[in-house]
Amino acid sequence: MRNAFVKRLIELAERDKSLMLLTGDLGFKVLDQFRDLYPKQFLNIGVAEANMAGIAAGLALEGKRPFTYSIAPFATMRCYEQIRNDICFHKANVKIVSVGGGYSYGNNGPTHHALTDIAIMRVLPEMTVVCPGDPVEAAGATEAALNHEGPVYLRLGRSNEVVLHEKDLDFKIGKGIILREGKEIALISTGNMLEISLKAADVLCASGLSVRVVSLHTVKPLDEPLLKECLENFPAVFTIEEHSILGGLGSAVGEFMVSQDIKQAKLKCIAAPDYTIHEVGSHEYLRKICGLTSDQITYTIQSTIKEWQLC
Amino acid sequence: MNKAQMTLREIKTRTTIIRRHVVQMAAEAKTSHVGSALSCVDILCALYFRVMKTHPQKWDEPDYDRFILSKGHGVMAWFATLAERDFFDVSLLKEYAVDGGRLGEHPDHGTVPGIKVTTGSLGHGLSVGLGMAIVKKIDQSPSRIFVVLSDGECNEGSVWEAVMYAAHQKLDNLVVIIDFNKMQAMGRSPEVNAIEPLAEKWKAFGWAVEEVDGHNIENMVTTLERIPFMKGKPSVVIAHTVLGKGVSFMEDDLLWHYQIPSAEQVKQAFEELKLL
Repeated sequence: MRNAFVKRLIELAERDKSLMLLTGDLGFKVLDQFRDLYPKQFLNIGVAEANMAGIAAGLALEGKRPFTYSIAPFATMRCYEQIRNDICFHKANVKIVSVGGGYSYGNNGPTHHALTDIAIMRVLPEMTVVCPGDPVEAAGATEAALNHEGPVYLRLGRSNEVVLHEKDLDFKIGKGIILREGKEIALISTGNMLEISLKAADVLCASGLSVRVVSLHTVKPLDEPLLKECLENFPAVFTIEEHSILGGLGSAVGEFMVSQDIKQAKLKCIAAPDYTIHEVGSHEYLRKICGLTSDQITYTIQSTIKEWQLC
Repeated sequence: MNKAQMTLREIKTRTTIIRRHVVQMAAEAKTSHVGSALSCVDILCALYFRVMKTHPQKWDEPDYDRFILSKGHGVMAWFATLAERDFFDVSLLKEYAVDGGRLGEHPDHGTVPGIKVTTGSLGHGLSVGLGMAIVKKIDQSPSRIFVVLSDGECNEGSVWEAVMYAAHQKLDNLVVIIDFNKMQAMGRSPEVNAIEPLAEKWKAFGWAVEEVDGHNIENMVTTLERIPFMKGKPSVVIAHTVLGKGVSFMEDDLLWHYQIPSAEQVKQAFEELKLL
């Protein structure tokens, strides 16, 4: 996803000179081309995320449209108060881009994992939260973020994510994308769980179930009409995210469901647990520990619908 | 009177008027931080009545100088200065810290003219000012960015992140003034943390440093009119000040970081803050 992000950003920087890219000294090789093509629109702030967030706010207050770039926990948690005070309070046009959503940084360990970033970013007033599901969405989200007025949090995976959309999208913030249509089960995925959600849907469909898969890339603001339609019309709805069970997509959908008083809906949130994973291992390995592989998710869905006596 | 061209004597009169506003605001609204507001009155007056290119209506236009009160708790002095500089009517000071009023205990952008950056949590203003200074360089604008910090604020790590990077970017359009009143929330600054040697620290980080008596308007104006002190370096003025300056019983007493002046104390303060 990060390469798709940078590629699109380079195209955008050519025609929009207010676009700037700031990094907290991360993105070796990844950001080189941008830096070489547009040195005047590029700043390496050094290893100082609080400063980067504050500088980005200052740039935005004087008319620029800066993107800040770092690994997810550093881009969000290290400078959280700067994001709230300097960026959100001023509705500044700062786009916070993080790489490594969830357990993407695998072996780097829990300091580099981001399992609560969606939660803390979506509670900030003025903040928009976008978690693209594949490289195509990442490119679309980059352009949409640039054109959006106000702060945006763009949560990317890492690299090597599979392309899941056949062609370029008309990406709209706050508008979910239906990748597979179905009638009985709705899988609502955000961010880098989209590929796994589609794989799970393949297995479920093969067993005779009718499954809709939605990429709900925007966690805030929610696509309320689409969600309402899923919750009202589908006998079973599952949210799927590589984020803590607390505060992420599942929580957001649950809050929406309660606010709309949709009593008949059946919702289960598939997410990472509310404890820190200290085991050493790859992204794939850590997902397995948390029950977030496609096989495990398929099993969870099958046993849940059995429990709900839907089959 | 053209307030951008005041004589030093006239500016000094303003500082007394502004100090009276500050004491009155704190007493009426029953808020703390009167001491920290009084310590930066002369700095603000030097900037707003002489040094900065600013204007009650045009202040936010691209080529005008920018001001950030990073030590947001000194805001009473800023509000009173803005009012005396005709950014808004003096009567608006009555709206300080009252329900539904426009003036809070820390500056919030968009509330009254002159305030572009919301502050209150220490250690934010310099990074934001740094971002603005970068844009002014890119745009080749003559606008300069003035940021007032407190000495206690220099405990914040984020200040030093910005100090280092501003020097790296050679931002000689960025100016910091430290209201060095030697007092922070729990005690004397050098007793709370190793702030000294403050000038050497900034110098070592690549800034051009000047030290002034932060209550001597003439001295400050002369110093600030030489900005940038060195081409290619950001400038810092360490202004030696006194907490509660101008009101004898408040001076250099930590209590006045918190205490609310009584009616009797206001009367006494006003007797000391006589208009010549």
